[in-house]
Amino acid sequence: MGSGHREPFENPVVEWIDSRMPIFTLLNKEYGVFPVPRNFNYFWNFGAIAGFMLVVMIATGLFLAMHYTADTDLAFDSVERIMRDVNGGWLIRYIHMNGASFFFIAVYIHIFRGMYYGSYKKPRELLWILGSLIFLLMMATAFLGYVLPWGQMSLWGATVITGFFTAIPFVGEDLQTLLLGGFAVDNPTLTRFFALHFLLPFVIFAVVFLHVWALHVSGSNNPLGIEPKGPQDTLPFHPYYTMKDSFGLLVFIIIYCVFIFFMPDALGHPDNYIKADPLVTPAHIVPEWYFLPFYAILRAITFNMNLYFLAGFAILAVLLVEFVWRKKPVYIPSASAGIALLAVGGLLALIGFTGDSCARIDAAWLEANAGFKGLCGALQGLPFMSAETAPVSAKLGGVLAMFGSVALLFVLPWLDTHPVRSARYRPLYRVCFLLLVVIFLILGYVGSQPADAAIAGIPLILVGLAGTGYYYAYFLLILPLLGRFEKAKPLPESIHEAVLGKQIKAETKI
Amino acid sequence: MSAHTQSDHDKDGETRRDFMALVAGAFGAVGAAIAAWPLINSLNPAKDTLALATIEVELSEIPVGTAKTVMWRGKPVFIRHRTPEQIEAARSVATQSLIDKEADEQRVKKPEWLVTVGVCTHLGCVPAGQKESDNHGDFGGWFCPCHGSHYDTSGRIRKGPAPKNLAVPPYEFLSDTKIKIG
Amino acid sequence: MIKRTFAKYLVVLAALALAPAMLSAPARAAGGGEKPLDMTWTFDGPTGTYDRAALQRGYKIYREVCAACHSMNLLYYRNLEALGYNEEQIKNIAREYTYMDGPNDEGDMFERPGLPSDRFKSPFENDKQAASANNGAVPPDLSLMAKARAGGPDYLYSLLVGYEEHAPHGHTLLSGQYWNKYMAGHVIAMAPPLAEGQIAYEDGTPQTLEQYAKDVSHFMMWAADPYMEERKQTGIAVILFLIVFAGVMYAYKKKIWKDVH
Repeated sequence: MGSGHREPFENPVVEWIDSRMPIFTLLNKEYGVFPVPRNFNYFWNFGAIAGFMLVVMIATGLFLAMHYTADTDLAFDSVERIMRDVNGGWLIRYIHMNGASFFFIAVYIHIFRGMYYGSYKKPRELLWILGSLIFLLMMATAFLGYVLPWGQMSLWGATVITGFFTAIPFVGEDLQTLLLGGFAVDNPTLTRFFALHFLLPFVIFAVVFLHVWALHVSGSNNPLGIEPKGPQDTLPFHPYYTMKDSFGLLVFIIIYCVFIFFMPDALGHPDNYIKADPLVTPAHIVPEWYFLPFYAILRAITFNMNLYFLAGFAILAVLLVEFVWRKKPVYIPSASAGIALLAVGGLLALIGFTGDSCARIDAAWLEANAGFKGLCGALQGLPFMSAETAPVSAKLGGVLAMFGSVALLFVLPWLDTHPVRSARYRPLYRVCFLLLVVIFLILGYVGSQPADAAIAGIPLILVGLAGTGYYYAYFLLILPLLGRFEKAKPLPESIHEAVLGKQIKAETKI
Repeated sequence: MSAHTQSDHDKDGETRRDFMALVAGAFGAVGAAIAAWPLINSLNPAKDTLALATIEVELSEIPVGTAKTVMWRGKPVFIRHRTPEQIEAARSVATQSLIDKEADEQRVKKPEWLVTVGVCTHLGCVPAGQKESDNHGDFGGWFCPCHGSHYDTSGRIRKGPAPKNLAVPPYEFLSDTKIKIG
Repeated sequence: MIKRTFAKYLVVLAALALAPAMLSAPARAAGGGEKPLDMTWTFDGPTGTYDRAALQRGYKIYREVCAACHSMNLLYYRNLEALGYNEEQIKNIAREYTYMDGPNDEGDMFERPGLPSDRFKSPFENDKQAASANNGAVPPDLSLMAKARAGGPDYLYSLLVGYEEHAPHGHTLLSGQYWNKYMAGHVIAMAPPLAEGQIAYEDGTPQTLEQYAKDVSHFMMWAADPYMEERKQTGIAVILFLIVFAGVMYAYKKKIWKDVH
């Protein structure tokens, strides 16, 4: 990077350095005159805002680490010492604590913006994957950090989350013991979590560097989703976007400060102000809000996936690939064969699901509904129907569904095959995507509630299952289908023309 | 907008823009400095550290001619029960001839009790001289083994690289046999 | 047009900032207890402050009543300065308690009077002793109680005034159990701690159960959040600064973008 032709600088010191190591030339190229589409809206602020939050978290985290003690006997009190005795410690801690939430707010908006405007599509696939990796690393870092204050939610959240690993067949228990350094979340866990929580932000920083590098190779997407055709479509990054980003950042910081100074504990959980006690489990364990949608997906899978269900599921998956992902089926000769397989697969999955669910249906209700009782009896009589013989237990199913929901982000560029990027020109996609956002928020609500909660008689577990279903359908079914059949609105010729056209329209209105 | 006002406007706009850049930059610089302050200030001693800044010492346990070392704010404090000869040695020196001109009367509250911070004012080593068998230096007080500073029986620097006398911590007599340091 | 997109952006930003707060809020309502009373406090709102007289009364209640069972391990006597006591008063308060210290030069432990740098004296040596003295239930530490319960001081107040003499029909209480409207699950191991006229107030404040509950909740809020006043005052200054800064930035940004739009 940065070699080749170099314009001399006027300032002699700058010139002296630059002629030996052209760092100023590089900065000017990448952040000064770097051409950026002229039509960004304010949603394009959030990349810079997320970067700012990373710096805030590293800076405050460094100073907190100087006062923190990673020891189960001392950790809770050392955090309270920061809050009470360290000069300005309460401020640093509240900035860090709420900073995690605001980092996630910025990143969620950044991700949803990328999805709405199709920023993940060619040639920006790698940029998107690096971004997804940052998100994954952030989730790990946030989880590790939440354990450090050693409150009740720290301990029990860590217990539940490391419990995921026990779902892995054969090696799960050993893996969990290895992760914890013992048989429960305890001192060895806390010390290694502290070490990793300190390390990961720097890994994130490195991946952010790669993310920005990839961005500067492909250039930014924009609300129209069409590539700039020439200088009339772009503006230099400085001062146009440095100043626009600065303004947006300030507005963001103001909202952030309202939380820091006036409602610092609003996003946290009261139980985390109780010192961790391995003998008492809180009534209702919830993760931090930014994990809630994924937590709802985890809890949505309450059924064991027995052989019937998995066989049906496999047939349906083959059909998905053959008829939806491929333009022409390769292995299935005709549409009627496909329909027959659909019926078989669907039936198998239904048999498996119902048979497994029968084991959990209320006995009194079953007694009153003789028809169901007979059905359940017959289904449960089948071989390989019991929970013990199910290859994928409900627990493992939940963990797979949750990690799968994050994994889908990584392959999104290949699931959405539509050539048009921006949702502005894809009315159907727009509706489906906005629905996804709404459902994601509903999943968040479901995740925040106790597992047995219900609204208007509908168990929230079912809402969670339906939401999970839509989430997966959006990525695996809707996007490929839209890619093949959605007719996009006509795209403008160029960014310049679109911006001018809008301006003329606005002026004639006045 | 017509063509000739356009250029006037540009020129005017240019200076106004420079001015606004300056204002925005000033706000940014002030804001960054204010934000950095709590981080830096957090490195100063915390309130619990400051609260532990006083200790009480029982003097009746220190016979004449011996000394005791106690810890105060993480540093050694020398408490010496001086003999009449040591007091005499400290008081017979002309103050003007000293490196750090301080009379013995200024350094003690009661002549037989000398209380000093046991940290050499040169580079922070702990001078020898608390025990009978220690090297007391050329002036019968303390001798710093690091770079050879000699202190007298009033803890004053007499020879060597140290620029100042051993510091006297704030202390008060709670009774005839008890002092509070800090 | 810029204004409209910006307004839209603000709405989205505000919604996304508040969504998590709304998401986590309903989850806090503890099961089985009535919703706490909605009280008015002097520390409410962005400019609220603690009432020093109420804090001193609340501390008196803690000292004379609560401290018999509940520790406040995160507080030091020196912290009482914030309640309006001077150094001499604090020394005198601390001196009333005896602390085990040592070892001395002979290697023995010895007793000494408390100092301002000592933590509030705990009623029990350790949790086991606390449990055995209280039917097996450890009275929780009160240092952070106002932050560690959903509803904060409202909840604490409600709990203190929420005792019912008898359990509702159909519920039986074991010995050492009491019925409280606001406790999750209603059954509480703490006997009604406060009663009218129990603690003498010197400043003429009414000596009622409600007043006692209010004062001690006030005190516990301070104990959990001693920097609240400083925090809010700093917050107002910081946000005003940022608003002006953002205004300058907006004007500057508009100036730069003028030729483009």
